Amino acid sequence: MNSVIRGASYILAFAPDMVIHNGTTQTTERTVNPNSEYLKQIKDHLRTFEQVVKYLPNQTYIGNIHPDELAKYEQPWNDKEVEGFGRFGKYGEIMPQDEFIVLMQMCDVFDLVKLEKNFLESTKEKLSQHPLFDESLMNRISEGEEAQVVKKYVDEEHAEPLYNNGELIGCVKRAHDIDINLSAHVMLENLVSKASNVLALLNLIAKNNVNKEEIDYIIDCCEEACGDMNQRGGGNFAKACAEVAGFVNATGSDTRGFCAGPTHALIEAAALVKAGVYKNVVVSAGGCTAKLGMNGKDHIKKGLPILEDVLGGFAVLVSENDGISPEINLDLIGRHTVGTGSSPQAVITSLVSSLDKVGMKITDVDKYSVEMQNPDVTKPAGAGDVPLANYKMIGALAVKRGDIEKKDLQEFTEKHGMIGWAPTQGHIPSGVPYIGFCRQDILDGKIKNAMIVGKGSLFLGRMTNLFDGVSFIVEANKGKEEEKSAVSEDKVKELIAQALKNFASNLLAE
Amino acid sequence: MDLENQKRVKEFAEKYGAENIVVVLGAAEGEAAGLAAETVTNGDPTFAGPLTGVQLGLSVFHVCEPEIKNEVDESVYDEQISMMEMVLDVDDIISEMTPIREDFCKYL
Repeated sequence: MNSVIRGASYILAFAPDMVIHNGTTQTTERTVNPNSEYLKQIKDHLRTFEQVVKYLPNQTYIGNIHPDELAKYEQPWNDKEVEGFGRFGKYGEIMPQDEFIVLMQMCDVFDLVKLEKNFLESTKEKLSQHPLFDESLMNRISEGEEAQVVKKYVDEEHAEPLYNNGELIGCVKRAHDIDINLSAHVMLENLVSKASNVLALLNLIAKNNVNKEEIDYIIDCCEEACGDMNQRGGGNFAKACAEVAGFVNATGSDTRGFCAGPTHALIEAAALVKAGVYKNVVVSAGGCTAKLGMNGKDHIKKGLPILEDVLGGFAVLVSENDGISPEINLDLIGRHTVGTGSSPQAVITSLVSSLDKVGMKITDVDKYSVEMQNPDVTKPAGAGDVPLANYKMIGALAVKRGDIEKKDLQEFTEKHGMIGWAPTQGHIPSGVPYIGFCRQDILDGKIKNAMIVGKGSLFLGRMTNLFDGVSFIVEANKGKEEEKSAVSEDKVKELIAQALKNFASNLLAE
Repeated sequence: MDLENQKRVKEFAEKYGAENIVVVLGAAEGEAAGLAAETVTNGDPTFAGPLTGVQLGLSVFHVCEPEIKNEVDESVYDEQISMMEMVLDVDDIISEMTPIREDFCKYL
C-alpha cells in the first residue's frame, strides 16, 4: 500500500539583525562597497515582529490563511496588515529573533553559542511561556556571559557576532582554529539551519497528534553542509535535529539537491515506508541566513521594507497507510534526467509527463504545487511572479499536448495554480509549502489530487551545468477500495483452505 | 547579473574580443532582461560585480527577440523555446532591450 502524508508543520523565525549581518547581499556589499548608501539605509527598512506577524503571506505559511483566501487580497501585500491572528498558526509559528537565538543555543552541543547574561535571562523568561519548550529543552540553555566576554570572543577570536535590535548580545565561536569548515561563519549558518529545523519538528509533533517515540527515521533536506576539513558535507543534520527534538527511536540522514531536495527526500521517505523499512519517516529542513535580504537592494530602491526578513522551516511526516490520509502515488514520479536537457520547456515536460503512464491529462491534476515563492518579494526585484510563470509553462505544455485550447491558458493557471506565499529561502518554497493545505484540501474533498514539483539549479555548485527536478502525485486515500480487494482475497484463501481440508479428510477417510 | 557570470563575460570579451561576442539572454521578465543587458553593455548597474564601471558594449539579445529567433532552425526553436515564448511577454522584453542596445551597444 502507498504511504501517506500524516502531517506537516511550517515555521518562520524573524531575523532582522541577521539580514544586516549574515545575508550575502549585505555581506558582499560590505566587502565591495563598505560605505555604500544601501548599507546605511538598511536599518530604516526593517520591519518589526508585529508587522511580520501581520503580513498576509506569513500567516498563510503557518497555516492560518488558505492560499485561496490569500489570493483574494489585492497585491501588493506589504502595505496591508491582517488582524485576528497571532504568532501561532494551524501548522506552526513565527518566532521572534531573541527567542530564536536562545533556541540556537539549545541546539548547540559544543559550547559555541555564547549569550550575554541579561539578554539570556529576559529571553529565557519569555521562552518559559512557550507551549512547546519543556523542561528538557529549557535545561539545554547555558549560563549567560558578561558583555565584555562576548565582545572579546568577537574582537579577538573570530567569533561571529549575534545582534538583537542592533545590540551585540552574543556570538557563535569558531569550532576549530584553522579549519574553515568549522569557522564561526559556517557554525552560525549550520546552527541556524539546525535550530529552525528543530522548531519545525517540535511543531510537527505538537500539531499532528504524533508521539516523538513513533518516529523511525528523519531526512534533512536543507541546502547547508556540516562536516570538518576532512569531510565538508559529512552530515548529519537530520540525526542532530532528531536528538534535540527528542526522537529517541530515530536515526536519519541528509539528502541534498538544491531546491529540489525536499521533493527528492519526500519520494525517498514514501518509498522507505511503502517498502516496509520504516513506519514513520520525517522529512524536514531549516532555513538559511545567506538568503536573508537577498533582494534588499531592489526593495529599498522601490521604497519597500526588506521583505526577506524571515528564516523558514518545515517538516512532513510520511507514514504507513492509515486508510484516511492522502497517499503519495509512487507510480507517478516525474524526473528530469541527465538526458532531458536544460531548457525550461524540457524541464517542465519531463516533470509533468509522468501522467502519460496512466493516460492522465494535465487537467486531471487538480492543483500543482511548484516554486511557491511569494510574488510580493520577487516582483519588485524584477524576477516576476515565479509560481505564475510555472503555471503558464504547465498550461503551455497542456496546449501543446492538446489538453486545453490556447485561449484557456489563463483559466488553467487560475484553476490549477495557486498564488505564492513562501519566503524566498531556496528549498523552503519548493513544492512543499502546499503539503499541509493539500492534505486538508484532499481530506475535505475540495480537491482529489495534487502534483508536488521540486526543481533545483544544480549549476550553482559548479559541478554540472545540469538543471534538476522531480515530481510526485498526492491523491485521496484509496484505503477502502484496497480493503475491499483484500476481503475478496481473504475469501479466495478461505475457499482454497476449505478445499484442501476437504481433500485431506477424503484422503484420511480412504 | 550573478557576479560569477559577470566575470566569465568579462573574460570572454578579453579573450575573444568584445566585437566577437554575442550575449543571449533567457530571462523571464523584461526588467530582468534589461538589467542583464545593461550589465554587459554599460556596466553593472548594481555596482557589485566585476563589470561595475566596465562598458563592454557587447551585442546582447533575448532568445525570444526576432534577431535570434530568425537565426535558429525552426524545429529546434519549437522544441526548446516555443513554450517559453508562449508564456513570456515578448513585447515587453523587446521594449526593454531595444533602447539599451541603441544606447550602449558598440558593435551593431
